[in-house]
Amino acid sequence: MNKQELILKLKTIIKPYTTNTEAFDNLTEETDFINDLSINSANLVDIVLDIEETFDVVIDNTDMERMLDVKTAVEIIETKLAAK
Amino acid sequence: MELQNIIAQLPYSKPFLFVDELLQADENSITGTYTYHEDLDFYKGHFKDNPVTPGVILTETMAQIGMVCLGIYLLGNELKKDTVVAFTSADMQFLKPVYPNEKVTVTSTKIFFRFGKLKCEAIMKNEAGQEVCKGIIAGMITTKL
Repeated sequence: MNKQELILKLKTIIKPYTTNTEAFDNLTEETDFINDLSINSANLVDIVLDIEETFDVVIDNTDMERMLDVKTAVEIIETKLAAK
Repeated sequence: MELQNIIAQLPYSKPFLFVDELLQADENSITGTYTYHEDLDFYKGHFKDNPVTPGVILTETMAQIGMVCLGIYLLGNELKKDTVVAFTSADMQFLKPVYPNEKVTVTSTKIFFRFGKLKCEAIMKNEAGQEVCKGIIAGMITTKL
């Protein structure tokens, strides 16, 4: 899976949890989940659990604390997939 | 763990404490009761001359017993000073009316508790054992939001 495919999958996961459709439509690697997409901490947990299920990976507390923007999320998922 | 100790740690007080007694708690579930005394203030207005317990109060009762009490248990009975409790979502069905002086029993089963978020499936029954309310509730019980 290349980075673009990964971001596309990530967008599908994020969609139900964001209320800011404009920021969602213009999502880039720099997009911040909390500040740009207006996702709260409770929904961020749901996104991380959906990432675990979709990509069949396990996210730990350290990863969770870093997973605040698209770029870091992609990095973490790529690292986890590579380690499988 | 002392169940009474969990109630003592709840961050609520009258008139917004909706837990009387906890009957059971373990890693996956909790059961507790509450009796809606007829003197509760909201009965004066919900409804005029026809007191029925509001759905939001039933939901709050489910959350206090099913989520906050269970959360305190899962945190090893340690609700620290800087722990924040926040109700984040509810998907409820109200099946039967609950009248003044009715005693209800709430049973809540953990769906997950990860990264500070506790999500549960909760059922409320009346004294006749009929389901009056059920749904999915979730909240954050964490030191930071």
